[in-house]
Amino acid sequence: MAAHPDQPDTATGTDRVKRGMAEQLKGGVIMDVVTPEQARIAEDAGAVAVMALERVPADIRAQGGIARMSDPDMVQGIIDAVSIPVMAKARIGHFVEAQVLQSLGVDYIDESEVLSPADEAHHIDKHAFTVPFVCGATDLGEALRRIAEGAAMIRSKGEAGTGNVVEATRHMRALRAGIKRLGTLDETELFVAAKELRAPHDLVVEVARLGALPVVLFTAGGIATPADAAMMMQLGAQGVFVGSGIFKSGDPAQRAAAIVQATTFFDDPDVIAKVSRGLGEAMVGINVSALPESERYATRGW
Amino acid sequence: MSTDSVRPVIGVLALQGDVREHVAALQAEGADARSVRRPEELADVDGIVLPGGESTTIARLAGRFGLLEPLREALRAGLPAYGTCAGMILLADRLVDAPPGQPTVGGLDVTVRRNAFGRQVDSFESGVDLAGIGGGSLQAVFIRAPWVEEAGPGVEVLGRVVGGAADGRIVAVRQGNVVATSFHPELTGDRRVHALFVDIVRAHLAEQAGADAGNERGKST
Repeated sequence: MAAHPDQPDTATGTDRVKRGMAEQLKGGVIMDVVTPEQARIAEDAGAVAVMALERVPADIRAQGGIARMSDPDMVQGIIDAVSIPVMAKARIGHFVEAQVLQSLGVDYIDESEVLSPADEAHHIDKHAFTVPFVCGATDLGEALRRIAEGAAMIRSKGEAGTGNVVEATRHMRALRAGIKRLGTLDETELFVAAKELRAPHDLVVEVARLGALPVVLFTAGGIATPADAAMMMQLGAQGVFVGSGIFKSGDPAQRAAAIVQATTFFDDPDVIAKVSRGLGEAMVGINVSALPESERYATRGW
Repeated sequence: MSTDSVRPVIGVLALQGDVREHVAALQAEGADARSVRRPEELADVDGIVLPGGESTTIARLAGRFGLLEPLREALRAGLPAYGTCAGMILLADRLVDAPPGQPTVGGLDVTVRRNAFGRQVDSFESGVDLAGIGGGSLQAVFIRAPWVEEAGPGVEVLGRVVGGAADGRIVAVRQGNVVATSFHPELTGDRRVHALFVDIVRAHLAEQAGADAGNERGKST
């Protein structure tokens, strides 16, 4: 895979290259888009990347059925439309969908609970790929299991397609509390923590030492307003995924730009107030506690 | 190398991107590093770093929050600047393969091609030798990186890619007090390029302070 085979120290797909890509996205907003036109609106609004998919989570929820990887033509159309990075989703455990997305030249793969899982025990072996992966997590143990499998970036799962930030809040707080707790443990206790977290001991030690995940942490799942995005940033997210929240709202271009600005100035209420004015209708939203267990995407993945 | 103990204030443009890594590298090299998101914060710095990130996003936010013109003015007035990846794009006077109308800060007489090496699957790390930086080649991380397609006569080429399809492409340049690299030294823990930039900022400060400062330290500015 080396781009420069005559240079022995040249390599593609290293951890540094995969994780480094996510470092470049920090402080930014990644937006779900279903057409090249939406991708251009997102790029114009200042998105750091777009997530190419056939249906946004709100529609997957409404229409039901099996949700799969997007059609290659559709992904290609979006890759051709914009100059910013393009991500796409593969089903949990569906390593062939991931192979196809890598072959299409997608810049990042989201192994996503928003699609119907393809394997009820195994996630994709992400070390086997040159393209980097982002995975969802609800707590520290889940995040570390995904990193052990090769995820180069983690996002909260939240509850996609609801326009309700409550689950993303829960996951960001759980991740933060888990990381903080590790910092208080001694060497002996870290062995037990690794067992409890069902995560590799070396990763647990690394998190305790860093006081953070060894990869970039974004938030996702239910972010619908500039204030939602800023709140997640204040809770420790390093960037934001917005799914249905933009193109299911009244004025997508303006809302997209407002969420981008609120993410940069997440600690400045004056800016957040200013950009939150006159945005029109937010997406309608769903009360998560009213959702039956079988319709909660955050419980997918193991 | 300067042995000056002056602790220069170096800003890192913090609209989006890998700001924290630059701040850490600059601090470790003896600078007082701080993030810059507002025009008034720019007034307090002795040098500015434009980090890696998404250049379209950074340019758009810089425009919206009134930073583009103040940055241009500061660079014209001689403020030292260092850009990595997206930062190199922002410092370029001319762009190839950018969305129509993407503004730049400018200041470097170069033409830069965005995403020149390809998509993320083509991103790579490789050893690069840099002119004026000793200690052997530097392991350079290229992420959807740009390269310098053409450099004007006043631009010093510091480094090129060796081997492969991009053999000989320019990936590090300097013009006066402005430095740019296609790659991300802030991701590797090798701080030699940051040390060079801190030296440039110190030298510029000494120059501004006049001949006295230079003579006292027995070192010409």
